[in-house]
Amino acid sequence: MATSTAAPADTFPKLLIRNANLFGARPAMRQKDLGIWQTWTWSQVLDTVRAYAIGLNRLGLKRGETIAIVGANRPKLYWSVMAAQMLGAVPVPVYADAVADELAFVLAHAEVRFAAVEDQEQVDKIMSVMDRLPKLEKMVYDERRGLRDYDHSHLHPIDDIIAEGRKALAEDSNAAEWIDAEIAAGKGGDPSIILYTSGTTGTSKGVVLTGERSIKAATDTVAFDKLNENDVALAYLPLAWVGDHYLNYAQGLVAGFCMACPENTNTAMADLREIGPSFYFAPPRTLELLLTRVMIRMEDAGFLKRKLFHYFISIARKYGERILNGQPVPLSGRLLYWLGEILVYGPLKNVLGFSRVRVAYTAGEAVGPDLFNFYRSIGLNLKQLYGQTEAFLYVTAQPDGEIYSDTVGPACPNVDIRIAEDGEVQFKSPGMFSGYFKDDGKTAEVMTPDGYVKTGDAGFFDEKTGHLKIIDRSKDVGRLNDGTLFPPKYIENKLKFYPNIREVVAYGDKRDFVAVMINIDLTAVGSWAERNNVVYGSYQELAGHPLVYDMIEKHVAEVNRSLAQDKVMAGAQIKRFLILHKELDADDGELTRTQKVRRGFIADRYGPLVKALYDGSKEADISTEVTFEDGRKGTIAARVKIRDMQTVSVVASMGQAA
Amino acid sequence: MRAPSGTGPEVAVGDVLLSVENVSLSFGGVNAVSDVSFDIRKGEIRAIIGPNGAGKTSMLNIINGFYHPQQGRITFKGQARAKMRPHDAAYGGIARTFQNVALFRGMTALDNIMAGRTLKMHTNFFWQLLRFGPAMAEEVEHRGRVEEIIDFLKIQEIRRIPVGRLPYGLQKRVELGRALAMEPDLLLLDEPMAGMNLEEKEDMSRFVLDVNDHYGTTIALIEHDMGVVMDLSDRVVVLDHGIKIADGTPDEIKGNQGVIDAYLGVAH
Repeated sequence: MATSTAAPADTFPKLLIRNANLFGARPAMRQKDLGIWQTWTWSQVLDTVRAYAIGLNRLGLKRGETIAIVGANRPKLYWSVMAAQMLGAVPVPVYADAVADELAFVLAHAEVRFAAVEDQEQVDKIMSVMDRLPKLEKMVYDERRGLRDYDHSHLHPIDDIIAEGRKALAEDSNAAEWIDAEIAAGKGGDPSIILYTSGTTGTSKGVVLTGERSIKAATDTVAFDKLNENDVALAYLPLAWVGDHYLNYAQGLVAGFCMACPENTNTAMADLREIGPSFYFAPPRTLELLLTRVMIRMEDAGFLKRKLFHYFISIARKYGERILNGQPVPLSGRLLYWLGEILVYGPLKNVLGFSRVRVAYTAGEAVGPDLFNFYRSIGLNLKQLYGQTEAFLYVTAQPDGEIYSDTVGPACPNVDIRIAEDGEVQFKSPGMFSGYFKDDGKTAEVMTPDGYVKTGDAGFFDEKTGHLKIIDRSKDVGRLNDGTLFPPKYIENKLKFYPNIREVVAYGDKRDFVAVMINIDLTAVGSWAERNNVVYGSYQELAGHPLVYDMIEKHVAEVNRSLAQDKVMAGAQIKRFLILHKELDADDGELTRTQKVRRGFIADRYGPLVKALYDGSKEADISTEVTFEDGRKGTIAARVKIRDMQTVSVVASMGQAA
Repeated sequence: MRAPSGTGPEVAVGDVLLSVENVSLSFGGVNAVSDVSFDIRKGEIRAIIGPNGAGKTSMLNIINGFYHPQQGRITFKGQARAKMRPHDAAYGGIARTFQNVALFRGMTALDNIMAGRTLKMHTNFFWQLLRFGPAMAEEVEHRGRVEEIIDFLKIQEIRRIPVGRLPYGLQKRVELGRALAMEPDLLLLDEPMAGMNLEEKEDMSRFVLDVNDHYGTTIALIEHDMGVVMDLSDRVVVLDHGIKIADGTPDEIKGNQGVIDAYLGVAH
């Protein structure tokens, strides 16, 4: 049934055939359906996808055309991707939660003639923007519910398409030959998929990736993390996101491991526990959420359990990281950690679904050292990577044993990284994209003449570890008057990792030194105040309390010490800070709706404070208009104190003074 | 899912499934329902509306066999109904949900819906206790049905959560699931959207329509939200002070002066 290719596979369908030959009886995909995990082996997947591809072709899908994939992580949608690739058509995954408008933009831009969608919701969404999609002819769908009464002249259940393909394979002896020839005709240089960027910076762009490059990149990382056909991953992050396509789809096909799909989007946590993946990815936000849940449940636990938990977590913080890195640990530490593994870490990892995780990654935003170290200390091999869609994900990744919470690791195998004059990270990688779809102008903008891709991120190589550190979006990075690099977000994040600090706004671009405005976290500082008998009547009073200032000063001093360790950042230590008298609020326009600080707006609004930070005054008066939750407006006036900070000279081992 | 079971002859779609003729019910001197007649046809969504105290829930309780009308006749599936108790109604193919959620709060969503299958289970108590042999086979079969309902109502993520810990909207959905587990011919919904926010109402409306469409279940519902009633139902009967004041399609009801007066409170 399957033809084996002599040359190394350069497209995903060829890999599928290879996997069916090599590990035909091993699981390729799983999904929980009606409460029971269903499994498809590699040879079953190959059979199904071949039939599906024939069915799609009979429906009219041809080489070079595009097909939209809209929905959650479901085997049938992954098969749609594979079937399209078999025919030489290009799948275009779209985020399932995209609003109709975004969907219309992508579908129109990609000129799709076909769409494979999950259910009625997606069908309705596409129908509602049909007038903007003159090219769209046919839709196939997975979930039948609610669609019975729809006009089925252009709408087909995926099951029927597969059944039709199977019938063709059974009746027509040429069909099998034909589809094998189609697969063989696929070239590694052809577009394999178009992934649209999420469009946080302007309209989304279609990143075209080819099969050959995708497979090369995935082959490198599969070897890097020693993944093989015995691994299992849970595909729970959006199918249209490069991470899912890379980590699960591409790596799954290259390594031959099993990709499990959750029952639905809300059951991922429970499914994680049942599947027990060995390869796991989670953005920092998810890891934070999990930890918070654990902590809340521990607070509700009985006295003995709580004591046990906190005691062994402190043991883990002391020895866990070193044990994971294979560093020397005293025998008593090993024994205690071993006991903790039996009593606390093991059961905890089991509840979280981490029992079998061999390799875990996090990426996407800065991860707090406390959070990161917590998971590593209980024995989860959590690592960081840095990447982007244009690179087909990986640019850097931390190798086992070289893990630091504040770096993203050295360049991946065969990836070339350089730091441009202005601090921007540029790379050349095996998996890099071939261009933006129908947008040569934009492609030219991000490619350097010598073939590097501009990431738009500023970073530098850490001297001690040789790892890359990403500090900010390069357009946000400024310089102090003496020329020192000033990445505001990097400094803000370092402070925000302290639970007592909620928001930070850093200033320094075109100024003599760095100064920050800090928002305290009312819950954290409030509970601290309760424990330390600090009496306060309002947020404003608490924020201005001298003891609170002392506490925050300690945090700032620690951040300065950590900044001093990097030669590049040593000059950007914080010289002065103040604590704002009110919480920054999206209703007042100080934060975006996604809770990002709007530095420029805040600088205008708190002009007198910013001025005072730089003219040396010890305090300043400020009066601001605020919007209450019911929409009424009022003013808050306050006198805000400013503190000076000692800066630390560059660490002696670097042999240089600041 | 298999065709609705229950006893009695089958009724074709569009024929009268249940008819209420000249039914009256009073509690002491209070007339809860007086001389009301209407019918419910197989496959339709029938709404019973009216101002507070109009006798809607009493009417539902009569259909359900919980109250016995002093006068009048009820015909279900072509057979005049004798005095009966609620579990007779349940055996006969009538399921209901309640105005205030009536679930086993300490049990999981799954177990609550499984409870709806009780009437369909045939192995005896001891086999079930042993959970062995025929009892096991039966449980597997029923669990399969329940899983279909869980999938249908999209509540997979709460399967193992005790319903007492669920938000109200989800409890309502579990209750609907339990009623569906009985594979009823007639499903009575007592204010399915009460206390819900707009989004929950939209979800619930979608489920009511889907149940009607997918399982072909006949539905009688009481609801206060006029928008919901007019969108969902095929026919509406309006009660006021225990008397039927109107009966017809949503459009006819909207224009009916008697209904407008009843809701706006014209003196009687």
